[in-house]
Amino acid sequence: MALLEVKNLGISFGGLRAVNNFSVQIEKGQLYGLIGPNGAGKTTIFNLLTGVYKPDEGSVVLDGKNITGKSNIDINKEGIARTFQNIRLFKDMSVLDNVKAGLHNQYHYSTIEGILRLPRYHKVEKEMNEKAMELLKVFSLEEEANYLASNLPYGKQRKLEIARALATNPKLLLLDEPAAGMNPNETKELMDTISFVRKHFDMTILLIEHDMKLVSGICEKLTVLNFGEVLAEGKTNEVLNNKAVITAYLGE
Amino acid sequence: MKNKFNKQTKDNLITYGMVIAAFIIMQILLSMGKVSSLMEGLLVPLCTYVILAVSLNLTVGILGELSLGHAGFMCVGAFSSALFSKCTEATITNSGIRFFFAILVGAAVAAVFGILIGIPVLRLKGDYLAIVTLAFGEIIKNFINVVYLGRDSKGFHFSMKDTMSLNMEADGEVLIKGAQGITGTPNDSNFIVGIVLVLVTIFIITNLVNSRTGRAVMAIRDNRIAAESLGINITKYKLLAFSISASLAGVAGVLYAHNLSTLTALPKNFGYNMSIMILVFVVLGGIGNIRGSIIAAVILTLLPELLRGLNDYRMLIYAIVLIAMMLFNWSPKAIEVKEKISTKFRTSCKGKKEV
Repeated sequence: MALLEVKNLGISFGGLRAVNNFSVQIEKGQLYGLIGPNGAGKTTIFNLLTGVYKPDEGSVVLDGKNITGKSNIDINKEGIARTFQNIRLFKDMSVLDNVKAGLHNQYHYSTIEGILRLPRYHKVEKEMNEKAMELLKVFSLEEEANYLASNLPYGKQRKLEIARALATNPKLLLLDEPAAGMNPNETKELMDTISFVRKHFDMTILLIEHDMKLVSGICEKLTVLNFGEVLAEGKTNEVLNNKAVITAYLGE
Repeated sequence: MKNKFNKQTKDNLITYGMVIAAFIIMQILLSMGKVSSLMEGLLVPLCTYVILAVSLNLTVGILGELSLGHAGFMCVGAFSSALFSKCTEATITNSGIRFFFAILVGAAVAAVFGILIGIPVLRLKGDYLAIVTLAFGEIIKNFINVVYLGRDSKGFHFSMKDTMSLNMEADGEVLIKGAQGITGTPNDSNFIVGIVLVLVTIFIITNLVNSRTGRAVMAIRDNRIAAESLGINITKYKLLAFSISASLAGVAGVLYAHNLSTLTALPKNFGYNMSIMILVFVVLGGIGNIRGSIIAAVILTLLPELLRGLNDYRMLIYAIVLIAMMLFNWSPKAIEVKEKISTKFRTSCKGKKEV
């Protein structure tokens, strides 16, 4: 059975039909791409999947569990984590604390234990630090652990956001334009990182991207959106050679 | 990482050390008789203001919400605890134990009001908390001014008209007398208790900030949408931080109430001006900077008294100091200089260690 099964998802904002009849199936371990022109509804789909918006119709099933219409907090607990198109880091917190905020629901101690610094606080904080540093090492950010997040260079901020999303221990990772604003070298590095994350964490990834090099380089399957509807879907090279996709999005 | 932990601990130790040092210096001056009675009378209010400033910093600096009714929470804490102390004066004769319970009562009542206000308002985005807390402070102050409460052999009597309409027996005692407030509160607080409460407040807030809860609160402040996407319960943590902030303001109220023989709700002590004053401490001390709030509260409380000799020019100089502090705290040049000094200090410390 597929890890994520989306059926006939739709939402309207007033008179605007932003997403219509969107369906997708993502198998466990797959790297799936979602592409399309600006305004096609890609980020809206992310917002629907993560519970920021409630769909007007359709269903989202994650790992056999229906999560349609749940709040974004609950959906994260069910196992979907995401990054944002415009980076949303906790910019006045350290890099390490950003990841530890992501670990929030993985490690527990009560507020009282935190204030009184009871033994459990020290034990759990130590575990959290170790886990967070482990994640930062994956993204080679361990040197910058004590920097303020806002002081990181752009490429590293993107990486930190992925690290923070992974800290919530998701089953499915949604990346919203991870390569936006990156130069070719950084993009190349990011591709390696994404491939590594996928192998290392055995992660299923759905990503939105405009960089065709990245998409054709790492995605196995693609869905192309246009005006809120699925224009084409299937294996990456097939989709990218599809006549309709070329006219609507890629250009001759 | 170890470094970071040490830095936090060091930072906190400096703050504690500063408060304790100030306390010791004050005690020495007091024993030498070098402190005027006016200044001596100012010591407990000073502790009150420091607690208020530090607790408001939790709302403004850490939670990132604006509260303009902190004096209201202080007022609630002051009156509830003063009432408690008056009622139990006969039954609990040990003033230490009674004051301890009074603190719990003041903190609890203020926290309850914090939660009541927070539940509807903290769900909203934007400046609604500022508007509602502003109104809350004024309402509480005006409400207490018309409350009459008495106690006799039959129990409590409540009225909002005057003492006559309480209809008490001959043995009855009026506890809250409308605009005249509560008189005869046992004088349980003193400078030592005040300093202890200041230290406890700093302890609670700094430890809260550097914990799982504090991270969640700061994450919400920095980016609400991202915090939600990480599964952090926004309302819960906002409410938690706000009610802790309110209850600590209540504790400040307890300290304040038990320092006065007559407790009245005047615009001067519990009004809008007071709330703004606390906010000024926080803003000038640096939003989110606990130590800064303490220093600003102390300087700005003592300054008008120290300048009393200058009579008419007093408030003028006070205003100039306010502006100067603001400039020196926030101008990029000043921050640069501060950082230079601190790095120099750090490297010289390191150098010594290596040698």
